[in-house]
Amino acid sequence: MRHFIISASVLLCLFLHINYALGTVYEVCSSCEKTSITETISLASPGDTLLIKGGVYQEGEIVIKKPLVLLGIDKPVIDGGSVAGAISIFADSVVIKGFIIQNIGLSYTEDYAAIYISKSKHFIIEDNELKNVFFGMLVEKSHFGRIHNNIVSGEVKEEHNSGNGIHLWHSDHVRITENHLSHLRDGIYFEFVSESHIANNISKENLRYGLHFMFSNNNDYYDNEFINNGAGVAVMFSKFINMKRNRFYKNWGTASFGLLLKEIYDAEIEDNIFEENTIGINIEGSTRINYRSNSLIKNGWAVKIAGGCYANVFTDNNFIGNSFDVSYNSKMNDNKFDNNYWSSYTGYDLDKDGIGDVPYRPVKLFSYIVNQTPETIVLLRSLFIDILNFSEKVSPIFTPDHLVDATPKMKMIND
Amino acid sequence: MNIIIVLTPMIGTIFGVMYFYSSREFTELLLAQPIRRTTIFLGQYLGVALSLTMSLVLGLGIPFLIYGIAQSSEIWNFGLLLLSGAFLTFIFVAVAANIALMHENKIKGFGYAIFIWLFMAVIYDGLFLISLVVFEDYPLDKFSLFATMFNPIDLSRILILLKLDISALLGYTGAIFQKFFGTNTGMFASIGVLLVWCGIPVFFIKRISEKKDF
Repeated sequence: MRHFIISASVLLCLFLHINYALGTVYEVCSSCEKTSITETISLASPGDTLLIKGGVYQEGEIVIKKPLVLLGIDKPVIDGGSVAGAISIFADSVVIKGFIIQNIGLSYTEDYAAIYISKSKHFIIEDNELKNVFFGMLVEKSHFGRIHNNIVSGEVKEEHNSGNGIHLWHSDHVRITENHLSHLRDGIYFEFVSESHIANNISKENLRYGLHFMFSNNNDYYDNEFINNGAGVAVMFSKFINMKRNRFYKNWGTASFGLLLKEIYDAEIEDNIFEENTIGINIEGSTRINYRSNSLIKNGWAVKIAGGCYANVFTDNNFIGNSFDVSYNSKMNDNKFDNNYWSSYTGYDLDKDGIGDVPYRPVKLFSYIVNQTPETIVLLRSLFIDILNFSEKVSPIFTPDHLVDATPKMKMIND
Repeated sequence: MNIIIVLTPMIGTIFGVMYFYSSREFTELLLAQPIRRTTIFLGQYLGVALSLTMSLVLGLGIPFLIYGIAQSSEIWNFGLLLLSGAFLTFIFVAVAANIALMHENKIKGFGYAIFIWLFMAVIYDGLFLISLVVFEDYPLDKFSLFATMFNPIDLSRILILLKLDISALLGYTGAIFQKFFGTNTGMFASIGVLLVWCGIPVFFIKRISEKKDF
C-alpha cells in the first residue's frame, strides 16, 4: 500500500511538473492512517512531503518548524475558525500548495495571518485560495521566496480593524506573481523590503491601497492591474522603484488616487495606463523621476504636483480627456514636460513635422485657484471659468511661467 | 451640459423680450376685448415659455432617444438635464417679460435683459469666485451652498454635476453638496428653489400687468 502511495505521488508530482525532493511521503485525510496535519508534521523529518487530501481541517494554528512540503490535493480546506492564524512557518524551504485557507481571527493586538512566515528562506506559496482573512500572508525577515497564483480575499469594512493581503516586512528577493487580491486593507504591503518583484497581479476593491511601499528600495512592479481601490498604488519614502506596464483603473472617489508618490527618488514610471482615476498621479516631494510613454485618460486630475518636486521629466505621455491635465500649487517649477500629447491642445502645426508650433501650457488658471482655495471647485464647468482659463492662456500671470510643453505632439502616441 | 445652462437662459431672455415687444400692438388689441388682464399676460408668458421648453425637450430628446438613451442607465440624468433646462427657460422668460413690461424703450429693455443673463451666467460666478478667494480663511461651505441656491444657473449646474461621476472631483466641498443635494430633501429643496425662482417673476408679471397703463 505504502509503495503504491509513493509511486502514485511520484507520478502526481511528475504530472504537476514539480521537482521537489520528496523525502518520505505522508498522506493525510479523514479516512487515512493519519487524520491530523499537526500530528503528521511532528512525525515528519526535514525534507518530507505531506499530501493532504480534500476535506476540512480545523486544528487551530499549524506550526511548521522544519523544511516540509505540504501539497493539497482536491483543495483541502484549513479552517482557522475565526480564532487565530492558520499556518505559521519558522523554517527554510517550506512549500504550501493547493490549499483553501479560510476564517482567520481578527485581533487588535496580534497580526493573525492565513500564512505567517518568519525568518525563512526559499519558501514557496502557490495555488492557494485564502478566504475571509485578516492578514493573508505575513512575511517577516524572510528571503528568496515565491508567492505565485494565490487568490486572497478579505471582508474588510473599516481600515483600523483590517489586514493586508500580502504583507512583507524586512524581507528581500521575493517574487510575487499572478495573485488576485481583493477586499483587503492593502492588497500588497511592503515595508523595508528590497530587490523584490511584483508582476501580473490583480489587486482590486481594497479599502486603502492596491499596493503600498514604505521604506522599500530597489523594487520593481510590472504588468499589474489596480482597479477600484482607495488608491491604486502608494509609494512612500522609497528609492529606485521601477513601475512598468501597470494599469490603474477606476480608483474613483473623493480622496482616491491612481498612483500616490510621496518622498520618493530616482524612480522610472513607464508604459502605464491611468484611466478614470480621481487623481491619476499625485506627487509630493518626489525627485528625479522619469515618466515615459504613460497614458493618462479621463482622470479628474491627470497629474497633481504638490511642493518639493524637482527634476521630474515627463516625455512621450498621452494626456487624453482629463478635467485638469496638470495641477501645481506653487509658481516654482523645476520639472520638464516634453513631447507629450495633450488632447486639449488647440495649436497648429504648419511645417507638418508632427509637433505643434505653439507651446502648450498644461496648468490652467482654474486648477491654480482650486489649489489655493479648494471650495472654488464648485464653479467647475461654469462659463466664467472657461473665460478665465482662456484669458490666462492668452496672457499667463498666475501659472508657472516656464511650465510649458514646447514640443507638444499633434497626434496620440501609440507604442 | 453647457448648452443647457448657458444657452437656454440666453434664448429664454432674448426670445421673451423680443416677443413681448413685437406683440405689443396685438396685446393692445386684446386689452380692448373683455378678457382679464392676467389671463392675457400669463397666457402670453406661458405661450412663449412652453413653446421654448417644447423645442428644447423635443430637440434634445428625439436625437437622444434615437441614439438609444432610453435603454441606457443615463436616462434619469438626462431627464434631470431636460428638467433643469425647462426650469431655466420658464425662469428667464418670466424675467424677460418683467423687463419688457417695465420698460417702454426697446433698447433699454434689451440691454437689461442681456445684462441679467450675463450677470447670472458669468458675472455672478466671478463675484462668487472672488468672495471665495477673499474669505478663504473662513468656513465657506454654507456660504457656497447658499450662493449656488440663489442663482438658478449655478443651481442647475451643480444639480447636473452631482449626478455625473465627475462629482468625485468636488472633493470635500462636494461631499457637503452631495450630502445636501443627494438626499430627497435636498432634491426637493432645490426644485422648490427653482419653483420660487419661477414664481416670483410670474407674480410680478401679474402685478405689473394689472396696474400698467397702455
